[in-house]
Amino acid sequence: MPPETAAPGPARTGLALPHYVDDGAVHPPLHSPGYRSTVRRAPNRPLVLLPQGLTEVTGPVLGEGLVRPGDGDLTRQHDGEPVGQRIVVSGQVRDSDGRAVPGALVEVWQANAAGRYRHDVDNWPAPLDPNFTGLGRVVTDPHGGYRFVTVRPGAYPWKNHQNAWRPAHIHFSLFGRAFTQRLVTQMYFPDDPLFDADPIFTSVTDPAARQRLVSRFDWDTTEPEWALGYVFDLVLRGRDATPFEAEEDE
Amino acid sequence: MIPPVTPSQTAVTPSQTVGPFLHIVLPWPDGPDVVPAGTPGAFVVSGTVRDGNGDPVADGMVETWQADPDGRFDHPDDPRGQAGPSLPGFRGFGRCPTDGAGRFWVRTVKPGALPSPDGGMQAPHLDVSVFARGLLHRLVTRVYFDDEPRANAADPVLGSVDPAARPTLIATGAPDGYRFDIRLQGDGETVFFAL
Repeated sequence: MPPETAAPGPARTGLALPHYVDDGAVHPPLHSPGYRSTVRRAPNRPLVLLPQGLTEVTGPVLGEGLVRPGDGDLTRQHDGEPVGQRIVVSGQVRDSDGRAVPGALVEVWQANAAGRYRHDVDNWPAPLDPNFTGLGRVVTDPHGGYRFVTVRPGAYPWKNHQNAWRPAHIHFSLFGRAFTQRLVTQMYFPDDPLFDADPIFTSVTDPAARQRLVSRFDWDTTEPEWALGYVFDLVLRGRDATPFEAEEDE
Repeated sequence: MIPPVTPSQTAVTPSQTVGPFLHIVLPWPDGPDVVPAGTPGAFVVSGTVRDGNGDPVADGMVETWQADPDGRFDHPDDPRGQAGPSLPGFRGFGRCPTDGAGRFWVRTVKPGALPSPDGGMQAPHLDVSVFARGLLHRLVTRVYFDDEPRANAADPVLGSVDPAARPTLIATGAPDGYRFDIRLQGDGETVFFAL
């Protein structure tokens, strides 16, 4: 529940701060025992409410110097092209109050078309692709838009339970404008038959919220004789209307 | 070309775990540098992340965010006015993946004290996000400093925490700066915040 103490603009200090809405119910419970790694890593004590102050409503502005030209095209980072279905993933980053989030760093990482990550701890017997690292970075444009070119990642097995397979997904890391808005998530592809058996996807308890993790196939961004288009919008927690505005409405 | 966007649905996107493969993109060469090496007064905040068994978390990542030494932010939502960096190269933000022994570090300077939204002053602190395989949503905690006893005693956030658990939020002096260990679960479990 939103804390009384975190209401915006208390008179005692004259600090008029934005207040970001409570989005706690949207996110997966930290203890989700179907996902075995949560069992010894999720805290046992209840979280303590942190009123949103200056440190929480501000945040780093990142991107400059971190993003190089070409970081948005995961198919052009080596001498040759990676194997797989070429796709364009694009969308908008916005707040839950509808505002676009421009100038925000978006980082992505993913497995290759065979479902193998270029990473020391991934050693299942699927081939690495010498032409695919699986790393992308972009900064959102003035309308909050972003775009990556990549290949569709494969599904892959993991040891969570007998015959466990992760649905194909792309990892996303976003900053938004404020510490409160930091989000790490995963984008999935429509109609994956692995969804219902995946404890990470189903850790999101609200089925409607779960669907917000699924991109949609899109003809408008599909490029003829080149690549299939998928659209994935990301919504970060936005601001409450301020009490000052509420008074003006009366 | 990025297609024009039409804002439509505005329900928040749920969090998912960072997973075990975050190292493909998230570490940056200068990630731990909240301030550049050689900054006068710079020190290291370092520690170990451990799970409920006390085992090191070797595939996690710690991020920090803080005010500058004057207690200001280079950000438009600081109502006292957006301050330019008071130190050359001050980024305010640090990021460090944990190593094979669960260790992380950032190079920084002590932030100034801050006015609190509910009155009073907040002691110098860093906001911290912890990400790891097995964490479906980031964990948020704070680093305070053990050589600020008076400011800490007056800090409203520390004051809201069970006194027995308060020490989990206070970094202790170390040869190169401060030590701040993070226990995700179990004995000495770190205080984590909802915000």
